[in-house]
Amino acid sequence: MLAVLLGRLATVPGTLPGAVSQGLIWGVMAIGVYITFRVLDIADLTVDGSMATGGAVCIMLMLMGCNVWVAMLGAFAAGVLAGLVTGVFHTFMGIPAILAGILTQLSLYSVNLKIMGKANQAINVDKYELFTSLRWVKEIALHNPLVTGLLVTAVLIAVLYWFFGTELGCSIRATGANPNMSRAQGVNIEFNKIIGLMLSNGIVAFSGALLSQYQGFADVSMGRGAIVIGLAAVIIGEAVFSRIFRNFALKLLSVSLGAIIYYIVIQVVIQLGIDANLLKLLSSVVVAVFLAVPYWKSRYLRPAGKSGAKEVDPHA
Amino acid sequence: MLELKHLYKTFNPGTVNEKRAIDGLDLTLQDGDFVTVIGGNGAGKSTMLNLIAGVFPADQGDIILNGVRLNNLPEHKRAKYLGRVFQDPMTGTAATMGIEENLALAYRRGKRRGLGRGISNAERELYREKLASLGLGLEDRLTSRVGLLSGGQRQALTLLMATLKQPELLLLDEHTAALDPKTADKVLQLTEEIVSGSHLTTLMVTHNMRNAIRYGNRLIMMDAGRVVVDIRGEEKQNLTVRDLLEKFNIENDRMLLSE
Repeated sequence: MLAVLLGRLATVPGTLPGAVSQGLIWGVMAIGVYITFRVLDIADLTVDGSMATGGAVCIMLMLMGCNVWVAMLGAFAAGVLAGLVTGVFHTFMGIPAILAGILTQLSLYSVNLKIMGKANQAINVDKYELFTSLRWVKEIALHNPLVTGLLVTAVLIAVLYWFFGTELGCSIRATGANPNMSRAQGVNIEFNKIIGLMLSNGIVAFSGALLSQYQGFADVSMGRGAIVIGLAAVIIGEAVFSRIFRNFALKLLSVSLGAIIYYIVIQVVIQLGIDANLLKLLSSVVVAVFLAVPYWKSRYLRPAGKSGAKEVDPHA
Repeated sequence: MLELKHLYKTFNPGTVNEKRAIDGLDLTLQDGDFVTVIGGNGAGKSTMLNLIAGVFPADQGDIILNGVRLNNLPEHKRAKYLGRVFQDPMTGTAATMGIEENLALAYRRGKRRGLGRGISNAERELYREKLASLGLGLEDRLTSRVGLLSGGQRQALTLLMATLKQPELLLLDEHTAALDPKTADKVLQLTEEIVSGSHLTTLMVTHNMRNAIRYGNRLIMMDAGRVVVDIRGEEKQNLTVRDLLEKFNIENDRMLLSE
């Protein structure tokens, strides 16, 4: 039995480049989730839909003959629009954020079908000039998805680091941190939430564009459960790196690293022979437990502090 | 000059919980007035401040600050004219952001927020100077997260944020009620220094009658959504807690307790 397991584990290193590439692409998506979930303090379920929208728009634009960069820009813009819809639902129409996201996500399912004309559209890596592809994962070249994934992540983190240091970016962070204080300081928090949702979904759709190229097709259900994977990446990143990464740029990096760890773990689990149908169940359980830990800590453990430490051992 | 004219506000109208919180309130503040506001629970003190700040709209009446009618402006636009400090030290600052980031947000109150830098180095010098004037040692902790500060430090910081850009009106809503007595005194002292230093027109709600008498140049008492007592000038200076209690037959428990 052990020998069988070890034998299966021995195949893991060969699958690592693929797992890491996938982790990098989903890391981009998770950085989008971080903006809503951690910066704005909104759980935005739009992403399940906007991920597929990004993939659909990118593939269809390329099939129509657009340059890959134009196609990816189009995907980003489509995601921004999706975020705008959720933002308007939430602020102007007063719908709770979770429900606003679900409404957009559901309507995007129809939109995505309309964009693609059917549930799935493939793109041939030999006939089109893609930015990234699974095919090149073991090539030593600039278009290796590991390289492109790293490049995209680095540029994205740099741009976001700059943006959240601007006046507007700071006021968006304040909106999530304390809406009352923000209003009192003249911040238009409704406007800021919309901007944040647009930016987040633009990034998620861009990640969808990368993923569809990487796997060679866009699928109407490719974003199903994306929010859970995004949250898993955010949470794993924080659990592993929060003690050493305090700077905002490093926090974003930890989200990307969280996604990579997530995909490596998934890869190992698959290699060990687990039923792949159970993966989404596993992901949900892991995310649920990690989300519960801070709550349990605050509820059942004494706050760790100097006075607390004294109370613990009165005989010392 | 602040003018409140025939203000009305009713919460939950048409239900069993209907509550007329402000009932035909008239009040005029001259420039530089430092007015302390007392009154029992439900007298409408906080509601008055929230109406001015735009937390919720008035049913009727006018709110006019230096000639500008505020009624139809949303809360974040009124913020341009107002400095506010709240009862809960958690409300006025963003805990997960740094001291300098909080100050920088306040420094841009009433301005358009674009893609310029969130904090400039020149500002940092200003903040260091202002923080030093609080005397709490915060000037060496510019980048510390505000969540690490004590309640008193946070209130002092909120006060600084409210006045960093000189407001046309400063609204203090029981801003020392959540602090221990010693810290409360310190924050009140700071309040007086800042208010008198910049001649700020100020409304300060308090439950502590002694403080209401000691600070400011004018004292008003509210009851059932109106001003029922208005004492200023010399009469205010000679006022004692006993006078207040006897003259105006105050029966509110909480006010007596905090006396």
